[in-house]
Amino acid sequence: MILRKNPIEESVLFTSLENIADALRNNSIVNSIRENPVTEYVVNWGRAGAIWPMTFGLACCAIEMIAAGCSRFDTDRFGIVFRPSPRQSDVMVVAGTMTKKIAPAVKRLYDQMPEPRWVIAQGGCASAGGPYNTYSVVQGTDLVVPVDVYIPGCPPRPEALMFGFLQLMEKIRSENPAMLTQRKITYK
Amino acid sequence: MTENNDLITTKEFTLHMGPQHPSTHGVLHLVLEMQGETILKAEPDIGYLHRGTEKIAENLLYHQFVPYTDRLDYMSAMSNNLAYVMAVEKLMGLEIPERAKYIRVIAAELSRIAGHLLCIGAWALDLGAMTILLYAMREREVVLDIFEQLCGARMTLSYLRVGGVRYEFTRECKESVERLLELFPARFDEYDAILTGNRVWLDRNKGVGVLSGQEAIDLGLSGPALRASGVKWDIRKDEPYLIYDRFDFDVPIGANGDCYDRYIVRFAEIRQAMRIITQALKDMPDGPFAVDMPQIVPPPKPDVYKNMEALIHHFKYVSHGFKCPKGEVYSSIESPKGELGVYIVSDGGEKPWRLKIRAPSFMNLQTINAMSKGRYLADVIAIVSSLDPVFGECDK
Amino acid sequence: MTPVDKAHILVNKIQDNFRHDVISTVVFRGEVTHIIEKNALKAVCNFLKDDNDLRMNCLVDVAGVDYSPSSPRFEVVYHLYSISKKHRLRLKVKVGEGEGVPSVTGIWSGADWPEREAYDMFGIVFEGHPNLKRIYMPEEWEGHPLRKDYPLRGYKDRYNPYGVEKE
Repeated sequence: MILRKNPIEESVLFTSLENIADALRNNSIVNSIRENPVTEYVVNWGRAGAIWPMTFGLACCAIEMIAAGCSRFDTDRFGIVFRPSPRQSDVMVVAGTMTKKIAPAVKRLYDQMPEPRWVIAQGGCASAGGPYNTYSVVQGTDLVVPVDVYIPGCPPRPEALMFGFLQLMEKIRSENPAMLTQRKITYK
Repeated sequence: MTENNDLITTKEFTLHMGPQHPSTHGVLHLVLEMQGETILKAEPDIGYLHRGTEKIAENLLYHQFVPYTDRLDYMSAMSNNLAYVMAVEKLMGLEIPERAKYIRVIAAELSRIAGHLLCIGAWALDLGAMTILLYAMREREVVLDIFEQLCGARMTLSYLRVGGVRYEFTRECKESVERLLELFPARFDEYDAILTGNRVWLDRNKGVGVLSGQEAIDLGLSGPALRASGVKWDIRKDEPYLIYDRFDFDVPIGANGDCYDRYIVRFAEIRQAMRIITQALKDMPDGPFAVDMPQIVPPPKPDVYKNMEALIHHFKYVSHGFKCPKGEVYSSIESPKGELGVYIVSDGGEKPWRLKIRAPSFMNLQTINAMSKGRYLADVIAIVSSLDPVFGECDK
Repeated sequence: MTPVDKAHILVNKIQDNFRHDVISTVVFRGEVTHIIEKNALKAVCNFLKDDNDLRMNCLVDVAGVDYSPSSPRFEVVYHLYSISKKHRLRLKVKVGEGEGVPSVTGIWSGADWPEREAYDMFGIVFEGHPNLKRIYMPEEWEGHPLRKDYPLRGYKDRYNPYGVEKE
């Protein structure tokens, strides 16, 4: 990706995302801000307060997910707003039975989501195959993508899903937001 | 440019809609062959939720399969329970008590209301009217609360069992249902005011996805979608099961067979379902809610802890189940989506040899190609929503 | 018309017109089942659809049944319904492994998907079907899951560690 030349300050010329990342990584001011515990707190506060899950209903649990998002339970008050595109979302809620036929699509959607990203496995089927230990069902989402929160139930009540989201917020708050740069992810 | 408009063609291309798409109602994958914005051929690719339910049924006792039927058409679980237990009872030649029949009718009709509400809500959401989804879910919660009062679950209920129902239909439940019947008519008028005469709603639905009655029958369409095409076929009227012949209700039909008619028919059906519930509540007799046959209906849990005989019956029921006579039956009901049938082949054992579910969503989805040929891409959204496919049932 | 009369018509009409093709007729719980010869399937179906007393205009379902280890192994079951006359009928055809059945898609176009389902689940080939391919399982899937010799949990792979080991 080529960025336009900065007309004001000619000395800084970003030509690709990788250059930006490198410049930021080697900048001492940026590093000191990044390592500041206040920054860590603020970034985590922001991330935990605006979890945008992707609407990706697979089966029965999706109906309870809709119920959780609608007027009675209303996840919007936690900053949880459902988005239709993986590019705009932070959390993938695997809501329902994942079959072997859909597993590649789930993997692909997960790959399309930008970092940082989290996965919630809602219900018995998504957690471990649930009642469907059969030839066509994936025995747990963790065989396809890494999972952060498992919610038991068949299907879990909307309250349970909301509790799962709160648990995820708890997890996000304890994370190190600089993890991304420490892992040295290269942009291509 | 204007006079040569019909000469302008683009290269044909294939568009994949789904399996992850916000308005495909789950995991439908549509392969659309397009010429510009016009659809030449729409081929649904299903099976993304094939869970092997029929194979599971062959490996479970008759009563153990009831919870799996909840997860077929998960928007209206009671109807699935009903179709399955009716098939088993037909196979056994079992007659259930009067009160159980009334309870079953109320449960099935409540679940029809819940199913249609979600259908209309999701449909409106797909066409841009989000208010209706929020309203419909609000009303649906009222129904789900009653289910919770009945059996403790919201969606996957397993309330109807072979030989009757699982728990008593209490006085408190009756009061809740009466409250629902008072509350809903005004709420539905609200929907009517927002949706039925809405310019956008009319433009998106009128004349879209037209299917003639003859064509629809030929393609195996059933339920509200078929009645919208002008065919008056409702199993509740034509082959009355349970006690539907005792109630006074209408079968709404449409004239044009387009999406708008399907909406009107669904809406009218919710109101008819409420009429049926009103009558059933009024006539419900007292008596037992399940047959008195300990090998088919397990004893109440408190008895199991105190009574030796009850404990034995409970143990026999859980570990061995019950046997059905050799033979085969097909039993079907009018579910919110259409004809939901269960075909059981029994070899005389305690497990079915083969269980086939005739899923209405599966047969209804076949008509997508006939409905959307020559239409624009945006119309497919309305057509899919108007058929109301549920993939748990479609893919089994 | 009483249910008994209806059943009477359903039994007699077919038996009279297809005397050599009906192998047996069963009436169980008021449901009429005709087991017919495979070669006569299309003729019987056409007759059922066009006859004035029967008018079976709706194909409700097509189901495969695996009766292994008995021979012939499979049965294809057709559930028919008449919307105008309001009666039901079941037709059955016996099929051996590797044999084909004539497709009825030309008579009821709604037979398309259920026949594909029976092919997918049992491997029964429907001759003359316009688009006979798998419907539920992925194209590259091996085996037909609803056959009795196919394990419930399938074969072991990366998505299912509890499956049966493949020999």
